[in-house]
Amino acid sequence: MIGIEKLSLTLSGIPVLRDVSLDIAAGRTLGLVGESGSGKSMTALSIMRLLPHGAQMRGKVHLEDRELNELSERQMCAVRGAEIGMIFQEPMTALNPVQTIGDQVAETLLVHGTASRSEARAIARERLARVGLVPERFPLDRYPHELSGGQRQRVCIALAIALRPKLLIADEPTTALDVTTQAQILDLIRELVREEEMACLFITHDLAVVSEMADEIAVMKAGAVVERAPTATLLREMRHPYTRALFDASRHQPERASAKSEAPLLEVRGAVRDYTLRRQRLFGPRPSFRAVDGVSFAVKRGESLGLVGESGCGKSTLTRAILGLEAFQGGEILLDGQPVSTRMPAELRRRMQVVFQDPYGSFNPRHRVARLLTEPFHLTGRPPDLKERIGEALENVGLASSDRDKFPHEFSGGQRQRIAIARALITRPELIILDEAVSALDVSIRAQIMDLLADLQGRFGLSYLFIAHDLTVVRAITDRVLVMQAGRIVEEGETQAVFSAPTDSYTRALLDAAPALPAA
Amino acid sequence: MLRYVITRLVSLGLSLVAASLVIFAVVEIIPGDPAAFMLGLNASEDTVAALREELGLTGTLGARYFDWVSGMLSGDFGTSYTYRVPVADLVAARLWISIPLAFYALLLSVLLALPIGMVAAARRGRMFDYGIMGLTQLGIAVPNFWFAMLLVVLLAITLPIFPAGGFPGWDAGAFAALKALTLPAVALALPQASILARVMRSALIETLGQDYIRTARAKGLSEGQAIRRHGMRNAMIPVLTIVGLQFSFLLAGAIIIEKVFFLPGLGLLIFQGITQRDLVVVESVVMLLVFAVILVTFLVDLAYALVDPRLRHSR
Repeated sequence: MIGIEKLSLTLSGIPVLRDVSLDIAAGRTLGLVGESGSGKSMTALSIMRLLPHGAQMRGKVHLEDRELNELSERQMCAVRGAEIGMIFQEPMTALNPVQTIGDQVAETLLVHGTASRSEARAIARERLARVGLVPERFPLDRYPHELSGGQRQRVCIALAIALRPKLLIADEPTTALDVTTQAQILDLIRELVREEEMACLFITHDLAVVSEMADEIAVMKAGAVVERAPTATLLREMRHPYTRALFDASRHQPERASAKSEAPLLEVRGAVRDYTLRRQRLFGPRPSFRAVDGVSFAVKRGESLGLVGESGCGKSTLTRAILGLEAFQGGEILLDGQPVSTRMPAELRRRMQVVFQDPYGSFNPRHRVARLLTEPFHLTGRPPDLKERIGEALENVGLASSDRDKFPHEFSGGQRQRIAIARALITRPELIILDEAVSALDVSIRAQIMDLLADLQGRFGLSYLFIAHDLTVVRAITDRVLVMQAGRIVEEGETQAVFSAPTDSYTRALLDAAPALPAA
Repeated sequence: MLRYVITRLVSLGLSLVAASLVIFAVVEIIPGDPAAFMLGLNASEDTVAALREELGLTGTLGARYFDWVSGMLSGDFGTSYTYRVPVADLVAARLWISIPLAFYALLLSVLLALPIGMVAAARRGRMFDYGIMGLTQLGIAVPNFWFAMLLVVLLAITLPIFPAGGFPGWDAGAFAALKALTLPAVALALPQASILARVMRSALIETLGQDYIRTARAKGLSEGQAIRRHGMRNAMIPVLTIVGLQFSFLLAGAIIIEKVFFLPGLGLLIFQGITQRDLVVVESVVMLLVFAVILVTFLVDLAYALVDPRLRHSR
């Protein structure tokens, strides 16, 4: 059906793809896995011929008996959308915010001249219903901002399959979604591929997802396919050392010396956080939304406590309240017996630090590492041994003390996350809140950071509150886990116990939805 | 949508009240008696008292503010001290030049800027883009009265196509009137168009990097189609903001151009009012301009809501 032969690509002279050869038959799914920068997306964009300026492509791409690489741009426009449909990672931004969903699906038909305006709307209605957006609840004149992330991804799928393409390219289609939504979207794609007899190129960094989706897997590294085999065979044999390394990293279990005591460090008792919403009527009362609803738990000294839940469940709100960044409306939060509030003393703030998800966005790009690291000292004043503290913090996270004079852009994503951890460590805190701290990292880097966190915990007797949506990571690194849903803690217990025998129905649903790698 | 319009209307009303209070206060705060101030040092007590009566300066502060506002609402802006005619008549005559001139200049600016900005964005980083951006830089840097004089030399003196100045009045026919306004409008529009073209270009380039443009390309739209169907409307929000600001500026900020072309417009009226200490004229014209600016802002806000469904939140 679709074949790529010896595809090579350079971007402004820099090689990006090297001799990539792939083929997919109708009704089959090829999973393309690899870490960021391995060339997965560039392979897809090469097929679509939607490459950035300065790209030079060699090799052949053929769809049935046509050579796509020989077509003119105008001919390619006729192929895109009609014979090849593509869906992308970010459903929140993939749709035009100022056009209705009906128009956006119908446009695929109109631009290819295959239907009149009214026919196109009828087909759009039918295709949207096919992806689960029934016209009774989701009329065509809805705008994207009125839909959730999962619903928007369904719209993207509807417009990609509106003309029943022969090939569907899905580039990380569920990476930005919650696990339960992810499971639904994956089911939908699987079903569509089977029923519509499409070939599917499924790109992901998530090995568990690909093992559930693909008939065949190709592993990419540095622009080349290093191993390719039917899914079961590949998972069993893992001939290439890189494939094995990838799988090991995604199942990585850091060695942790548990030194937890029974004394609680952080106590949250009946915390309530209400948000005031805008008035419904001009002079009506302001309605409120309860984001955190009577949450109670404790983090013991030296313990790792996981907090899992889907987006919007109140995790981040709770985190901000614990950090004393936002007021809460009920209950109390105590750090080592002292009350936490927006006006708590600096010394108390020093004892609790945070590491966020995005290692790219959380540093001022114009500051050197030394300045970034010493920012928390505005709380306590500069210690006399500042220089030694900077060097020590950098060495503790596996960087060199000479890195202090560099700028953030000189580091990779994993190294930046190490800097973020060093910044949290420099005030010698007792509690570190890790808010999705490893979620944006590739599996191999993620494994290294998890090892680092386990090592630091052992050495400094740190307590962690580990907030994540990725259940595998939480399972590997925490002693106990809390499951949060709609502002409440629905289940709490020893991590292994909760994962092997969940008692709450929501926890069970979460665990069932999470894709799992077959046991090694 | 209705709710959005209502909140905008409320804010329009409040802004007007606030502006009228500020303008009234400024005139009141000017030290000394406005009447004596206007008449100069040698005026007799009687003359000052008569002028005070005429200006409505007798009575309490609240009553005077109320008189002023209610007068304006019923079309009575008071009487100009220097011209000895109702301010309303003065303003009306000027408005017939200033408003058409502002619209004319704005229309030229938009018609020039949008296509240029679009093509520059589509060909970003190529020769056309660099050339156009260089020219707009020049258009912003060179003062508009210099363009005005250049235009007069070229198109009124060397090639006598347009009149070099003056205004025949709308009675002389729309064609003659528009002809007289053409050179001033072009002189006003060039710097504005330069700014607008740059805004258009950068707004469009920003939208072109968005994910939904990639989605559109994956559907099979050509680059041009993607720009026209998906880029333009999203790029309109910053462009509309600038257009609104430009209209407000063009209405009152054309003093120098009015001077160059001997056009009796609003700008000149204010200028004369200030130099001749005709506070009644200044007060009323400033209020009128504030009203125009607030009204334009309101219209721009409505236009935002038409362009962007997210602003019409209540559904």
